[in-house]
Amino acid sequence: MTRKQWYLSGFVAFTCLAANAAIAGPIENYAPVTQQRLENPEPSNWMLYRRTYDGQGYSPLDQINTSNVKNLTPVWTFATGVVEGHEAPPIVNNGVMFVATPMGQVIALNAKTGDEYWRYKRQLPDDLFQLHPTSRGVGLWEDKLYLATTDDHVVALDAKTGKVVWDTKVQDYKKGQYMTLMPLVVEGKVIVGGSGGEFGVRGYVAAFDAKDGKELWRTYTIPGEGEPGHDTWQGDDWKNGGGSAWMTGNYDKDTKTIYWGVGNAAPWPGEMHPGDNLYTSSVLALDPSNGKIKTHHQYHQNDSWDWDEVDAPMLVDLQRDGRSIKSLIHPGRDAIFWVLERTPTKINYVAGWPFVSTDVWKGIEPESGKPIVDPAHKPVVGKRVEFCPSLWGGKDWPSAAYSQKTGLVYVPANENFCGGFTGEKLPLKPGELWLGTKPEDIGLKTKPGADHFGELQAWDPATGKKVWQHNFPKSQLFGSVTATAGDLVFVGGTNDRNFRAFNAKTGELLWEQKTNSGIMGMPSSYEIDGTQYIAIQSGWGVDAQRIQDALVTNNIGIESNVPQGGVIWVFALKK
Amino acid sequence: MSCASLNNNSSSSESSAEPEVDAGPEQTRRTLLLGALATTACLGCSTPARAGEDPPGSDERPQKGDLLVFSEGDREGKLITAADVPPGGPPVHAWPKDPKTSVVRNASRLNEILIIRLDPAELDEKTRARAVDGIIAYSAICSHAGCPVTAWVKSDVGDKDVFKCMCHNSEYDPRVGAQVVFGPAPRRLAALPLELADTSLSVAGNFIGKVGGVQPG
Repeated sequence: MTRKQWYLSGFVAFTCLAANAAIAGPIENYAPVTQQRLENPEPSNWMLYRRTYDGQGYSPLDQINTSNVKNLTPVWTFATGVVEGHEAPPIVNNGVMFVATPMGQVIALNAKTGDEYWRYKRQLPDDLFQLHPTSRGVGLWEDKLYLATTDDHVVALDAKTGKVVWDTKVQDYKKGQYMTLMPLVVEGKVIVGGSGGEFGVRGYVAAFDAKDGKELWRTYTIPGEGEPGHDTWQGDDWKNGGGSAWMTGNYDKDTKTIYWGVGNAAPWPGEMHPGDNLYTSSVLALDPSNGKIKTHHQYHQNDSWDWDEVDAPMLVDLQRDGRSIKSLIHPGRDAIFWVLERTPTKINYVAGWPFVSTDVWKGIEPESGKPIVDPAHKPVVGKRVEFCPSLWGGKDWPSAAYSQKTGLVYVPANENFCGGFTGEKLPLKPGELWLGTKPEDIGLKTKPGADHFGELQAWDPATGKKVWQHNFPKSQLFGSVTATAGDLVFVGGTNDRNFRAFNAKTGELLWEQKTNSGIMGMPSSYEIDGTQYIAIQSGWGVDAQRIQDALVTNNIGIESNVPQGGVIWVFALKK
Repeated sequence: MSCASLNNNSSSSESSAEPEVDAGPEQTRRTLLLGALATTACLGCSTPARAGEDPPGSDERPQKGDLLVFSEGDREGKLITAADVPPGGPPVHAWPKDPKTSVVRNASRLNEILIIRLDPAELDEKTRARAVDGIIAYSAICSHAGCPVTAWVKSDVGDKDVFKCMCHNSEYDPRVGAQVVFGPAPRRLAALPLELADTSLSVAGNFIGKVGGVQPG
């Protein structure tokens, strides 16, 4: 190395540190994340999107319970300095918290005190078009973290310092390809899925080597020529058929199968892409070693409503109809609560029923599980068609939870919303919206006389019976649910900025706390030195904001002022 | 583009920071300098720049003397005259074009422009000074998250038609410098002063204000 090279490399290192803004650290005694730990996580930690590979969103911690939750109080807060939708769960590994925010930031904090260790700030391109400026979290493996970015990279960070270890471009953000999900890490593979269903992309799920970022496999969600399912498309429709896969999958460690949700077909009106359109609005069963599709189930065919079914189904062992079922449970955006059975080679339909009112479906075929569509409420080209529920569905991406204690599924649902648009054939321009309608034509209407919109529902998946429901009179419900062994259900999601705890058995509201902003984030729970904590990000934006704006224009007495700005809130019992 | 990357598997590098034509008020000289230093230095951390397929100048911001051409529709690429801009809207979408080289500056989406004709009496003094017979121009890129501003619709909070970004519902009033009237956008759209070159519309100066969305930190 010449003197000039040495000087330059030192200068580069110095300025790059400034750009990455690692503030403090390093973290001492970081606990490496192994496959064994991910498969059997300690109750005190929250290391996966829904804490466990089965996606249940359930914490076995029970120090905070129905008797004492009234004493829950904030113990620390932390302002992220970022606006827009803060959707990620605070991830916790042995006392270290990692929080992903919009605009490509990751913050590492002492989970007990809220002190910052370091902060990574991605320098996003100036010309990036962020339809969904958010992040749903970082995946963990060994001593690294993995972030999927809105400029369509996967970035590996050193968990102890926040420094970039590798950075792999996945696709081209300039073509409307981006990512918002938390990567799923299985056996040293960092698995992600692409967003971009509104840009006419061809969706995919891809895996990268956790060590060096090398791409290991990529499986397209729209079958190409010669692949099974390709005949469910006509002509070249498949090339821009949508099927984005923008939410984290779940994993069956026993059969080594990933269950990954797939989004809407593109463009929206089904007559612009005739056929069933596999694998849109489906769940794929993937082999994590090679990405091969083992089997699939399509929730609904020829999607025309922007009803992504990307929220991966929960893996739950059920006793139903006198037999044990290894089930997949998916309260769908298409307004149907789906119960499926997973086998090593097949996914069987078990049951389905509407969990909010819908005029789109006339029924479900009992053998195949295919919903029967009412053509009067299926969008077409050249005519405005209205349908219920709205584009955001009965439940959008916010996750339901399953309590192993109560056996109930808790669904953040929305009722009394309808949508509509006029289909229009518009040219596809890479990197620009391609909806099959003009964006300004998209509507959200409230049903006349509706006395509420958001609903927190508790369902028994074994019987199909609703056990309880809590209504939100003047708000949508747009936040993920977490259940705990303290017989509690935690959820934000409302436009009054409240974070709430309900009795998991009865639905009684037991506690609420007003926060700085609306909560779209996912609650997580962890334990340090014998104290149980509940953590949540409060930071309104993206689709919760879009729905809010539509509610305001419906002139039904709903205020518009939900402030933006992210804050991490951590609660524990008063001592 | 990361800096401390041990390896980078990008098939191409991307310029993640483009020079500001006009730094916004929140950007101090020091941060500009630091940003420029970091950018320059960090380019050394990444792969070499991709061989450009776009003609030289096509990604540069609009400059004084540029003409304006339609960016969409049947007349895409054709020069825009004052007569092409309908009174009262909707806006015409345009790219700048270098009259000397005939290069259309469409290699960066940050160059897309909204052109609208309004009653000069409706415009405030600053806006009128940048207009030609009530024809005014703004960046088409929303200052919130960088989405395109595509709609000309009645405001959610008033009776006037406004520019609207359908991504997150930000609204801008072009009569008063495209100030934000609704939604999460933090600042007005960048304005582009106009003049006439014969009958065609021409750019009279650089963008006034910052083009594009926000980034924290």
